Order: sequence, then structure tokens, then C-alpha cells
Amino acid sequence: MHKDHAIHVENLTKMFGDFTAVNNISFQVDKGEVFGFLGANGAGKTTAIKMLIGISRPTSGKANVAGYDVKSETEMVKKSIGYMSQKFSLYNDLTIKENITFFGGIYGLKKSVIKEKTQRLIDELGLNDVADKPVSSLPLGWKQKVAFSVSLLHDPKIIFLDEPTGGVDPITRRQFWNMIYREAHKGKTIFVTTHYMDEAEYCDRVSIMVEGKIEALDTPKNLKAQYKVDSMNKVFLKLARNIE
Amino acid sequence: MNIIKYIIQKEFRQIFRNKAMLPIIFVMPIIQLIILSNAATFEVKNIKFAYIDNDKTSFSRELVEKFDASNYFAVLTDFPSSKIATSAMLNGKVDVVLEIPPNFERNLLKEKKTDVSLTINAIDGAAAGVENVYANQIVKQFNKKAQVRLMQAGNEMKKLQTIETIPLFWYNETLNYKTFMVPGILVMLVTMITLFLSGMNIVREKEIGTLEQINVTPIKKHHFIIGKLFPFLVLGLVLLTVGLIIAKLLFNIPIVGSIGLLYLYTVVYILVVLGIGLFISNFTDTQQQAMFIAWFFMVIFILMSGLFTPIESMPKWAQVLTEFNPIKYFVQVMRMVMLKGAGFTDIYPQLIKTFAYAVLMNGLAVFSYKKVS
Repeated sequence: MHKDHAIHVENLTKMFGDFTAVNNISFQVDKGEVFGFLGANGAGKTTAIKMLIGISRPTSGKANVAGYDVKSETEMVKKSIGYMSQKFSLYNDLTIKENITFFGGIYGLKKSVIKEKTQRLIDELGLNDVADKPVSSLPLGWKQKVAFSVSLLHDPKIIFLDEPTGGVDPITRRQFWNMIYREAHKGKTIFVTTHYMDEAEYCDRVSIMVEGKIEALDTPKNLKAQYKVDSMNKVFLKLARNIE
Repeated sequence: MNIIKYIIQKEFRQIFRNKAMLPIIFVMPIIQLIILSNAATFEVKNIKFAYIDNDKTSFSRELVEKFDASNYFAVLTDFPSSKIATSAMLNGKVDVVLEIPPNFERNLLKEKKTDVSLTINAIDGAAAGVENVYANQIVKQFNKKAQVRLMQAGNEMKKLQTIETIPLFWYNETLNYKTFMVPGILVMLVTMITLFLSGMNIVREKEIGTLEQINVTPIKKHHFIIGKLFPFLVLGLVLLTVGLIIAKLLFNIPIVGSIGLLYLYTVVYILVVLGIGLFISNFTDTQQQAMFIAWFFMVIFILMSGLFTPIESMPKWAQVLTEFNPIKYFVQVMRMVMLKGAGFTDIYPQLIKTFAYAVLMNGLAVFSYKKVS
């Protein structure tokens, strides 16, 4: 039914007691799209992502990810997606190679495949010199690139990135977005949250979440036209201010 | 199966890479075993003993000498009055005071009967009881000698009608306290290390955020938990091995029973402990919380295990509680197999209970581990 949609969300809601973290949101993400999921801190972005990747159960509503229902086909969803969170998620005390081996292993990849992918990944990122060093010794930007690559190991259809570039320098951010585009060109769907409004401009479409609701959803160009401003930053400020 | 292998590999890498943890896992328990086994003794020795001799005859001196000759009593002083003796007792300088009345010798010779008074510091009731027994034994020996002397003095003696008990000490002939304590302390250490490590392991991944990454993978819960537990089971068995070697070489503790049976039981037992550890891990958010809860159980388990105090002397309700104490069974099995040479059928009840416990705890651990919040 949602053949063209990588993600299809209908009236999705998450309540924590009386508090509604995500309030009845609905949207679709097309296959191969780079979808920006914006919002202030505490707007409910992370909660929404957690429901989509199957680690938080929705209170009500429906979500379909990669053709699978997040409530009833959670494990199938997990096989089809990659995830990289704002909380750095590699093992600091293991080396880059060991991290790749471990995550490849628990996704059930074959030993030969893991070996081949490890080498390719290290070559691509130019990490040959540090491949056997513990991850803790790497600069943050490199760690994030490795984490992103690790989330791609099992060749997922959709990649969820929760503030992947937080605290990273502008050059590395640029490189990071090049990596994202490369994956999008391969036909993968990218679902990314960010606080950097210049990054929002790179997205095909963005949604802006304010207090648990999606207040705007369109291409960056259309949003700027709609709010009669010249940058996504101003769009964001206008929306956030309207609520206050 | 392969997935479990990758988890085990990762856990072992992390354990052996953590330079601060390795000594904690291996060196600390060994030091504890050596120190505790030498220190944790209930033998009452070097009792601080003083006397008040109001008689000052050869008989009274002989009685005091008997105390002096004993290994248990360290004779300190002769107090001139009971008032001074009382204040010495109050200061803690003396634990046992023997007061020999005036005319002690004369009464003994004439009436063949006399009393001496023995005052014992009974703050530690168990020790006081033991001290009383020791003192009585010495007085009894003195009685025998005195009877011989009275006969020699030409007095008529009734023929003695005595029944003597001849004790046979089984399983620990020399009454070596370490033989009793070392197996128990070994149990305690194996339990402590495996409980703390497993209790803090998953919670640690929660803290650093890697657990979330694991939860977004399609990994099965039981794969994850088996992979997590297996390394600690191995660590526990290695620790047991090191401990047994030390027990044998350093303390010369007999290992009468089957080593294989001991390991079989230990495997089942460690599964119980790991299950409890994981269960704690699932319900806590920080390593600190997990540590405190693990300690709470550890202290109760140890003190109610029969390791230091016999379960038979506990109140009825406490005895019922000990049925749920895994350490109790392990202490029993260790002592039974190591010292008595108990076989499979002897420890069968403990083995079955422990096995049921292991199934229950690990079932709860898998059940309460939630990939979805």
C-alpha cells in the first residue's frame, strides 16, 4: 500500500504519563529521499525516532518503516534500518576493526563478508594507520564517520541519524554530509535530525517539530518562500517564536 | 550460534583490555582468601586471665599453675583484691578472673569439697561459653590430681564412678579451623566477583549508550544474554580453580571428593548468581545503583549462608529465608564434597534446588530484559 514510501507515519503518539512527547504526527518519507527532521531540544524528535527504529513502543497511531509495521514486525524493521545516535555508540575500548567485527557479527554477516567490508571501510575512510587503535584515541569527527559506516554494514534500506554531527568541526561536517549524499545516491533513504540549519538546506525535504507536533513540512525552498525569509534558520526561529 | 560467538569474543576483549579490572578480578579475591582464611577463626585462644589467691597454699598455687600451663589462657597477674580485678575487667585488660577463697586447701582436705569463683566477661556470649568450658576442664584435671594427693595423704576415698566420653572428630580430625573456613570463603569470593561483574555489565552499556545500539539490531534477547553470561561463567570457574589450588597448596585443605562433581555444581551455581546479576542490571540505570543492590543481597546471602554462624541456631523464620539463599547450598556442597567426599547422590537435593533456581533467575533475567521501552 505504501510502495513508494520508505517511511509512512499516521497519527503517531507517545505519552509518558500525562506528558505527550509526540502528539499525533503524520508524514511520509519517499524512497531515496534525504529527510531532515528538525526541532528544538525537547520537541520530541528523539522520542519519534525511537518509535520508528523499534526501541520505543508507540502509545497510539501507526508507523510503517521499510514496509514493516513498527509494532508487530519490529525485528524485520531492525533488519532493514541502520541507526547512529547522538550518544556515541561504538565501544571505546575496542579498536575500529574490533567494533566493525562485532557489529557485523551481531547482524549475522558471514566472516568473509565482515573481513572484506572491514578492509573496504578502512580504506575508504583512510584509517589504515589507526585501524588497530582503540576508538577512544580517535578525534570525535573520525569516530562519527566510523559509527556512520558501521551503521551501514548490513546494507540497510533506511538510515536513521540522530544529530550525527553534534560537536563536530565544519570541515568534518562537510565530509560527513558528502558521505550521506553518497549513500542517498545509492538509493538509500536518509532520515536525519540536526540542530544546524545550514545542514537543513542540504535536505530534500524537512519537517519542523515544535512541542510534539509537526508544524511545517516541505522542501527548504518552499518553506523559505512560505515564511518569506531567506534562510532555514529564520524559518525555524519564526516557527519556534510563534509557539511562545 | 555465530552471533553468540561474536558477543563472547567482544566481552573477553573488553575484560582483558581493562587494565584496572583484571587485578580486581584475580588478585583481590586471592588476597582476600589468604587473609580471611587466616583471620576468620572462632577459636578462643590467649584468654586474658587473672586470679585472686586468698589462700596462698601449695594447692591454690597448683591450680593457678594449671591455668598457666594451658595453651588457652595467658595468665596476666595476681590481683590483691576483687575490687582491683573488677576494674581491670571494666578496662578490658582481663576477660576471666579466678578467685580462690581463703582456707581453700584446708576445706579441700577436711571436707573434701570447696568452691572457687570464676568471673567471665560475657559480652561475646559464645566466647564466654567456650572460656567457661576450658576453665572447667582445667579445674576437673586439678580435681583428679587432688584426689590422688588426698589418697596419698591417707584419707579414705570412695571409688570413683566416672563415665568418660572419648570424642572422635570426623572429617577434620585436627579440628583445624581453616579446613572449615577456606571452602566457605572460596564460595564467598566466587559469588562476589561473578555477581558484581554481571550486575554492572549491562548497566554499564546502558550508561555509555551502546545498549541502545544493540537494541536497534535484530539480535535475539537470549542470544545476547547467553553471550553476556558465558564469559563470567568462565571467569568464575577460573577463580574457583585458582582458589582450590591455593587451598590445597597453601592451607593444605583436603579435597576428598570428586573435583568433577564440584565443578558440575559450581557451573549450575554460577548460573544462578549471573541470573541475579542480570536481573539487577535490568532494573537499574547506573552502575552505582547496581552495585548497591548487589551489595545488599551479598551481605544478606553471606551472613545467612551458614558460613560464619550455623543455620540451625537461627530463628525459625530466618531458617525459612535461607532456603532461598544460593550461597547456603554452595557452602554446604563445598564442605560436603571437599571435606566429606560426598558423591552425586549426597548433593542431589542441593543440586536440584540450585538448578531450579538457575532456571528461574535466568528466565526472569531474559524476560525482564526489554529491547523496547
